[in-house]
Amino acid sequence: MTTVPSPSVPAPVSSDRRRRRRHVLVGWSFILPNFLGFAALTLVPVVGTFVVAFTDWDSYSSPKWIGLANFRRMKDDDNFWTALQNTCWYAAGHIPLTLAASLGLAVLLNQKLRGVGLLRTAFFFPYVTSLVAVAVVWNMLLSPDVGPVNQLLRHLGWSHPPGWTTSTDWSLPALILTSVWRDMGYYMVLFLAGLQTIPAELYEAARVDGTGAWKRFWHVTLPGLRPTTFFVLIMLTISSFKVFDLVQVMTEGGPGRSSLVLSQLIFREGITHGRFGYSSAVSLALFVIVLAVTLVQFQFQRRSER
Amino acid sequence: MTTTLLRRGLAYVFLVVLAAAILLPFVWMAISSVKADRDVFTVPIQWIPKSYHWSNFTDIWTQIPLATYLENSLLLSVVITFLQVLTGSFAAYGFAKMRFPGRDALFVGYIATIAVPWQAYMIPQYIIMDKLGLVNTRWSLILIQAFGAFGVFLMRQFYLTIPDEISEAARLDGLSEYGIWARIMLPLSKPALASLALLTFVNTWNDYMGPFIYLTDNNLWTVQIGLRSFIGQYDAQYAMIMAGSVISVVPILVVFLLGQRYFVRGIATTGLKG
Repeated sequence: MTTVPSPSVPAPVSSDRRRRRRHVLVGWSFILPNFLGFAALTLVPVVGTFVVAFTDWDSYSSPKWIGLANFRRMKDDDNFWTALQNTCWYAAGHIPLTLAASLGLAVLLNQKLRGVGLLRTAFFFPYVTSLVAVAVVWNMLLSPDVGPVNQLLRHLGWSHPPGWTTSTDWSLPALILTSVWRDMGYYMVLFLAGLQTIPAELYEAARVDGTGAWKRFWHVTLPGLRPTTFFVLIMLTISSFKVFDLVQVMTEGGPGRSSLVLSQLIFREGITHGRFGYSSAVSLALFVIVLAVTLVQFQFQRRSER
Repeated sequence: MTTTLLRRGLAYVFLVVLAAAILLPFVWMAISSVKADRDVFTVPIQWIPKSYHWSNFTDIWTQIPLATYLENSLLLSVVITFLQVLTGSFAAYGFAKMRFPGRDALFVGYIATIAVPWQAYMIPQYIIMDKLGLVNTRWSLILIQAFGAFGVFLMRQFYLTIPDEISEAARLDGLSEYGIWARIMLPLSKPALASLALLTFVNTWNDYMGPFIYLTDNNLWTVQIGLRSFIGQYDAQYAMIMAGSVISVVPILVVFLLGQRYFVRGIATTGLKG
């Protein structure tokens, strides 16, 4: 803020200080209503996780400091390793497929075609529809014996199509398929916004040089989209590792434990069984994994910029 | 010239077919919702129902307290959206247009938590709610979701694009900071407010995990939880399940079609100008 210097008499120091203090108070008063709620229900719990994870605490007892015992227990917990593995598999499918699908859609829809707005709406719509409806419809579409998807696959000559959500091998692919379908419209919007930031002159220059469409994509579009791609990658990583709703509604982690993910384990341990300490330890593990993956991506980003 | 025309035509056809394929699950849902249960899964698929059972749409209201669920969802979505927009835009003014010690440190606190998945701190949050005796009340969800960092972030990004000269001029005219917020910033930021309101509304309406954790009382359930439980109990009433799904999607469809461009703008703003 630039304070207007008063040309005549310099203001007395005390009133100046009072005014400045008032300014600070006014500033804080703007932030406070939101910040109080935010601090009590987000900041404190975030810090709380780091403390509770090192205690033995369930809904019947009071917390007791036990150091790393929760983490030793996690090391021997079969459910934890299964959930971690499933979450990683889910991320390994969901991240690249969604990235590719949304980037492809954005590039195709970034043309001046009649009705392109309508098409964008169509691709974006799955993202805003209610999740339970999405899960229910896909569960029925993927129904192994009579579902439309397997009917189509049989028609195409696959005599024993996958059992999808009823099979331990195919429940994760079914979830990945549904989530890619649902999420690609959202990231498409991010990529479309990113495409607007690439100067049209770059494309003109490439066209004058006689560069083909594929090469233009490779040498102009992709480098121009690098900040967007990086951001999308981070968002996708976080959302993949914390996946819960879709899994809970579609498969409840089953059949068996074949699609159990980390968030579900945290929920079961912490809220169903009331084991606050142990579930916070798993939460902390989830947080550290997400942070580590994000940091690795940051490193890659920095190196490729050089 | 003809090759570009041809290529455009091909891209066009490809996109239209793809869009149709993407929307096919919704078409299937809508068609199934008026069928008889036994006609939902047939080989081959009936794309045109043999008989129309509109009663699916009337019977579901008596099978489950769907009206209560819808009311609960609406109440939560409206209250949370209102509080989020109000406190978010208010705080954003402080972050974007005022300078005072501690401001930037606070903002870093906000940004840092955006990247932390909710699942990583939901247990301590649950303990706090439990101690306050708010588990299994609407207050738990309202308090958790109304003061999110997201609204502050979105509105701040927008306020930063409004030139400082405007607020400077208003200050010289003797308007207080609150007056500047109410009379100048709010009217100028209508598109951003619309984006935030729509995104919050849809997110709250579609939220599953929050109500799933906090609301155990059937009277408090939202549409999402109610529908899911219905499916668990009556898993052979395929057509009625589809009717319920259609009913749960319609409000969102209306909101989305009315405010589409605000959605897209909101996502693009928070996404890229960080």
